Amino acid sequence: MDPIIEVNQIEFSYQEDTPPALKDVSFTINRGEWIAIVGHNGSGKSTLAKTINGLQMPQKGSVKVGGQVLSEESVWDVRRMVGMVFQNPDNQFVGATVEDDVAFGLENQGIERNEMLKRVTNALEQVKMTSFATREPARLSGGQKQRVAIAGVVALRPDIIILDEATSMLDPEGREDVIATIRQIKEENELTVISITHDIDEAASANRILVMREGQLYQEGTPGEIFSAGPELVSLGLDLPFPEKLKMALKARGVEVPTTYLDEEGMMDWLWTSVLKK
Amino acid sequence: MMNKLIFGRYIPGDSLIHRLDPRAKLVASFYFIGIIFLANNWQSYLFLGLFTLFAIMLSKVDLSFFIRGVRPLIWLISFTVILQMLFTRGGTLYWSWGIFSLSEYGIQNGLFIFCRFILIIFMSTLLTLTTPPLSMSDAIESLLGPFRVVHVPVHEIALMLSIALRFVPTLMDETEKIMNAQRARGVDFGEGNLIQKVKAVVPLLIPLFVSSFNRAEDLATAMEARGYRGGEGRSKYRLLKWSGRDTAVIIAFAAVTVVLVFLRS
Repeated sequence: MDPIIEVNQIEFSYQEDTPPALKDVSFTINRGEWIAIVGHNGSGKSTLAKTINGLQMPQKGSVKVGGQVLSEESVWDVRRMVGMVFQNPDNQFVGATVEDDVAFGLENQGIERNEMLKRVTNALEQVKMTSFATREPARLSGGQKQRVAIAGVVALRPDIIILDEATSMLDPEGREDVIATIRQIKEENELTVISITHDIDEAASANRILVMREGQLYQEGTPGEIFSAGPELVSLGLDLPFPEKLKMALKARGVEVPTTYLDEEGMMDWLWTSVLKK
Repeated sequence: MMNKLIFGRYIPGDSLIHRLDPRAKLVASFYFIGIIFLANNWQSYLFLGLFTLFAIMLSKVDLSFFIRGVRPLIWLISFTVILQMLFTRGGTLYWSWGIFSLSEYGIQNGLFIFCRFILIIFMSTLLTLTTPPLSMSDAIESLLGPFRVVHVPVHEIALMLSIALRFVPTLMDETEKIMNAQRARGVDFGEGNLIQKVKAVVPLLIPLFVSSFNRAEDLATAMEARGYRGGEGRSKYRLLKWSGRDTAVIIAFAAVTVVLVFLRS
């Protein structure tokens, strides 16, 4: 395993006399992993994401990205490694047209124009927005704007992509579309993805889930481990994934269900085998 | 309400005027507004008028767009023209009442001012109708370039301009949304006397301001996350290309000036 992000006992507070937004958080993320960070509002998820690329510097502890310790000097190198997609598709659209927005990050890095043209076309192809290249943001849907934001990140060729609730303002269709796009790009470019999300189905498809609660890392594990907690998730302010809801409904009707977590397919298998057994 | 505004809108097209370098268009338009003041008789105004019509024809944009561009300013124009007519004396006097008078010179002056207004509006509408806002901000950045020497923050001005332009439709949409939301709660926009009207704007203005602050913060974070650290060491994606026809336009305007100097009395 090749660790790409190491967070070591960080503490962060926005103002001195308020309770810290992050307290003693430590974890390691390996190259190529898909990590979901979940937790209810105000649990410190977004603050955590911002400390990873130096938008906020922790007061205590250290963050290491790609072997580099995050500091005032290394912050720009770290930002080259980390691409971030934010929540509101409108507020992060810098360019006046789609292609300008994708090029914005490249311009910042002073990349030569010919290379830029190539990378912009390429990135737009990857998110399937080529035919929209000269459109203005006002004429795009929310999902399309988020795909452009992803293209802007992809064009920079980062090692890590952080999705800071990138799908929370989209309709279910746009959400699925964006996640599928990221999944494909992740496979093609061997990226590490950190997805901060409220969408439990999105979290369920991650390699690992980090649960945040009141600024602390409350739990860490595979979706199976986390979701087997069942109803306890609700007390954490999280929703249950659909198979868990189904299990609970069955249990309430006196059906005996397995205690381990099953994803949709697993649940389906279990259902048809148990029906046949009877 | 905002859709009727023609001024500042861009009509996509592929005419000679559309394809000109925005710098050439910008300089030419400003220059034209300057030389309008050279004209002082009907021959020179006729000449400028024909020249403007020729430019409009070249742009292949429907003339009705230009007339619509004049419409919101018609009151200002009539007001100025009437004042000019009533208060200028000289030549044959046709009518007079107290300090008001209608004289030959007055009418002539009024008509000239009318022409001047129309020509200025037509030419600037031609500029905005055929130039995408984005190219316009590029042109301004490029033209301001030399002022870098005296520490004018050219890059920052251009960036602000392009962000402002990009957010115009977004903020318009938002204004509409807030207006409707407030209407749903019983706020009457555009009703009552002046004070009531102004008061009704408050529940629109404050949310709009607050959300703009939030937007600005989000945008700044997003820009920083994408490695923006000021104008230095940046490359440019969009390039302006000066070609032969741009030089030709400048020469044409120089020729117009020469003719104008001959025509003026």
